[in-house]
Amino acid sequence: MKHRAGVPRLPFFLLLAWLLLSGDASLGNLLLGLAFAVFIAVAARPLRPLSARPRRLRAAVLLCCRVLVDIARSNLAVAGIILRAARRPPNGGFLTIPLELRDPHGLAMLAVIVTGAPGTVWAKHDAQSNELTLHVLDLDDRTDWARIVKQRYERPLMEIFE
Amino acid sequence: MNGDLPLWAALPAALLLVCGGLITLIGAFGMYRLESFHARVHAPTLGASMGMVCVLLASMLVSSALENRLVIHELLILLFVFMTSPVTTMLLMRAAMFHRRG
Amino acid sequence: MNVLLPWAVHFALACFALAMFLGLLRLLRGPSAEDRILALDAMYIDALLIMLTLGIGFGSGAYFDIALVIALFGFAGSSAMAKFLLRGEVIEP
Repeated sequence: MKHRAGVPRLPFFLLLAWLLLSGDASLGNLLLGLAFAVFIAVAARPLRPLSARPRRLRAAVLLCCRVLVDIARSNLAVAGIILRAARRPPNGGFLTIPLELRDPHGLAMLAVIVTGAPGTVWAKHDAQSNELTLHVLDLDDRTDWARIVKQRYERPLMEIFE
Repeated sequence: MNGDLPLWAALPAALLLVCGGLITLIGAFGMYRLESFHARVHAPTLGASMGMVCVLLASMLVSSALENRLVIHELLILLFVFMTSPVTTMLLMRAAMFHRRG
Repeated sequence: MNVLLPWAVHFALACFALAMFLGLLRLLRGPSAEDRILALDAMYIDALLIMLTLGIGFGSGAYFDIALVIALFGFAGSSAMAKFLLRGEVIEP
């Protein structure tokens, strides 16, 4: 997958998943998991030759926490919108946001974050103009989605991936 | 059912289960009730994010308390669902935009 | 003394079953194909949650493996169907 200072990361995560799934960390199990992890990482390399270079672990952890908080918050907001929908139907619509992030892995992460949080869905991305089209469930509540996407998510992702 | 669970695990787990059930139900209700597809596509995300987190946390609490050790393999499901469910949503959104236009 | 957790498990199971029923109604009613696939997607998440809740209720680890398999196959199935609807756009820019 990716190398930075000669440290491959995919086998490490595979080994971690193996240990979590099997639930015991004995030596034999560790060796078996290591063998599988290295084999799968080597076999999967030709599938995705383009490698990401994530840096700044602290920014990544910070972003993770921020995303979890935002997901919880937008869950409550969307639940409120749904419960109020009989009286006031949500006024959904598309937004266009110009992006500066160019790295494909960063864009993929941004897409997963934006779509994973309820209330917003990544609808389209124009590779030429680097413009993102976002579908928002309710445009009426005073949330500044463009500012949220650019400041809260895009800035840290540019730090991490570029 | 397991009646010998300590209260420090049973109480938060019960609370989390109730929260997860309610938020998933609200999501399903939204999917049934909202008017247009573009609005409906947002609703099931509730169950896939907060409902999933609540139930998995409750499961982690209960199984850790039952086995007297830290059980965190539920995190794998959480990670997997968080990575995959937006992909389906995005594909459906693209398909809907494509069909409405043409 | 500890009747709280079984009660919560039953409540959550009722919620998930009702959510699945609403998904089924959306699946049958549907107007478009995207709606039906969205309903299927939500229903596999509900099934996953039901399995995890049953695992909590019975205090058994076997349900976790079922939930993992549902997560893997549910994603493969619903994304394959969604991709099938998208076909044609592969050619068009």
